[in-house]
Amino acid sequence: MSHILLRHRDIPDLHKFNVYKKNGGFSAFKKAVTKMQPSQVTDEVKNSGLRGRGGAGFPTGLKWSFIDKNKWPHYVVANADESEPGTFKDRELMELNPFQFLEGLAIASYAVGANVAYVYLRGEFWDIAEEMDKQIAEMEEAGFLGDKLFGTDYSLRIYTHLGAGAYICGEETALLESLEGKRGQPRNRPPFPAVFGLFGKPTVINNVETFANVPPILANGADWYKSIGTPDAAGVKIYSLCGRVRKPGNYELPFGSTFRQLIYEHGGGVQDSRPVKAIMPAGASSSLIVANDKVLDTPIDYAAVKAMGADLGSASVIVLDDTVDLKWVISKTLKFFKHESCGKCTPCREGTFWMNNISKRMQNGNGVKNEDVELLLNVAEQIQGKCLCALGEFSTMAVVSGIKRFPQEFNRA
Amino acid sequence: MSLQQKYPKEIKQILSKYPPEYKRSAVMPLLHLVQRDEGYVSKESMQEIAKLLDITETEVGAVVGFYTLYHEKKEGKYRMQICTDLPCALRGADEFMKQVCEHLNVEDGGTTADGMVTVEHVMCLAACDRAPMFQSQGPDGIKYHEYMTIDRVNEWLQSLKQVETGEKR
Repeated sequence: MSHILLRHRDIPDLHKFNVYKKNGGFSAFKKAVTKMQPSQVTDEVKNSGLRGRGGAGFPTGLKWSFIDKNKWPHYVVANADESEPGTFKDRELMELNPFQFLEGLAIASYAVGANVAYVYLRGEFWDIAEEMDKQIAEMEEAGFLGDKLFGTDYSLRIYTHLGAGAYICGEETALLESLEGKRGQPRNRPPFPAVFGLFGKPTVINNVETFANVPPILANGADWYKSIGTPDAAGVKIYSLCGRVRKPGNYELPFGSTFRQLIYEHGGGVQDSRPVKAIMPAGASSSLIVANDKVLDTPIDYAAVKAMGADLGSASVIVLDDTVDLKWVISKTLKFFKHESCGKCTPCREGTFWMNNISKRMQNGNGVKNEDVELLLNVAEQIQGKCLCALGEFSTMAVVSGIKRFPQEFNRA
Repeated sequence: MSLQQKYPKEIKQILSKYPPEYKRSAVMPLLHLVQRDEGYVSKESMQEIAKLLDITETEVGAVVGFYTLYHEKKEGKYRMQICTDLPCALRGADEFMKQVCEHLNVEDGGTTADGMVTVEHVMCLAACDRAPMFQSQGPDGIKYHEYMTIDRVNEWLQSLKQVETGEKR
């Protein structure tokens, strides 16, 4: 099957402007600007069933339609802060198929009437940003960005902006704060970015992969896109597969594929042919799923993973085999969240600190004390539902699901 | 030499990305410029950036303190930042970290005797499928080094030495 997003795997040198253009590139953007009303573009994306690929899975066209039309100017921001442990898909898209992403960003900007768009890249993507600046310049040179595009009144500029190492900036309101030159701490919502976003103006923020889906949707139509995937989730998804598999990497599969297909057909199976013990479908912020046959053979979409007691998130699938100690797994995730908590909400700031301490104590070789397990659950419950953004919640996912679904590993059986 | 004397073109280009009334947005790119130039962010540069953007020095300092890629202290010329998060650790990153520390005779966070390299563990770098890996932060910007072994680390160290002797010549 040829790829829709990872097209560079089928077409060599697709990251080069001329190659992308020769292979149908920018025709969707041109069609949008010259032949469609902005609202028609939004409707097409709405009808395609495309859902946000950054983690929340919110319907993309609907998000665009929420933008406040009584307040101007509008902005579009691409979230290229990819920092969930286990996720590395946006990086591949930007490195090897960057123009499809930039074209999608341009189409979204036209749809919501934005004349300026920003790409917020995590600071570590320094080299990618440098290349992207050149790619943007090439698009300007060729008349795909700049003033009065394709002889219309529509103008658009795209700028890159580098973060500097903070997981929290993947949260959209923290990202906006960061882009405004402040510490990346989430805002209280409402108001949502569609009303009060960048510089206080209406703003649409989407993930890189979400934007990369837009040109093929406009080129081939909403019905074509909807024909792929499941009723719950249309289209294809890039799974970042890692952990104890033989062939970690990105795999583009239609929604409705199974974990077994992903891990065994694409990922080459588990190292040393061990059995899969647990799956974390959404990276470090994921609940641990017990990997039984039923789970492995269930067609995956957002609803199906929810029914398994987890979230699909950005589909960063970490595979854990039976040699992996889950106490060690939660010590890793807790260390991460303790480091990345922005410090704004007390339950998250203090809670991640203390959970990390307790988890370290469990790892020091003196065995697991039941009172420590109870204390972990207690602190986790005090974080849940009490923070401005999802980070606090995320920090508890592996802890609570690990203890409840794998009690024997915590001496609770 | 002040930042403005040294990088007039870069500063102008950075400021052009943001609406003039929101030039505070330029604080992060300007700090990247300083970090790369000085190997850390000096008090003087923070003061200059504050002046340039009409914000207080404290506001600049708050940004420096919040983000991990800005450093307030001068350490090794290059920072070797090894990811030891869950996905990398499942592929041997903790062992790799230990080997590197032993090989360079430093502890996590320490700097080699010649002042060239500071070794530190960092959080996820979006390279989970290519672990063990590290990122180098130095005068050449930020670079990824993937599928790492001690031999390949040595190759990298060797290339740094070549750049050094080239500079001195």
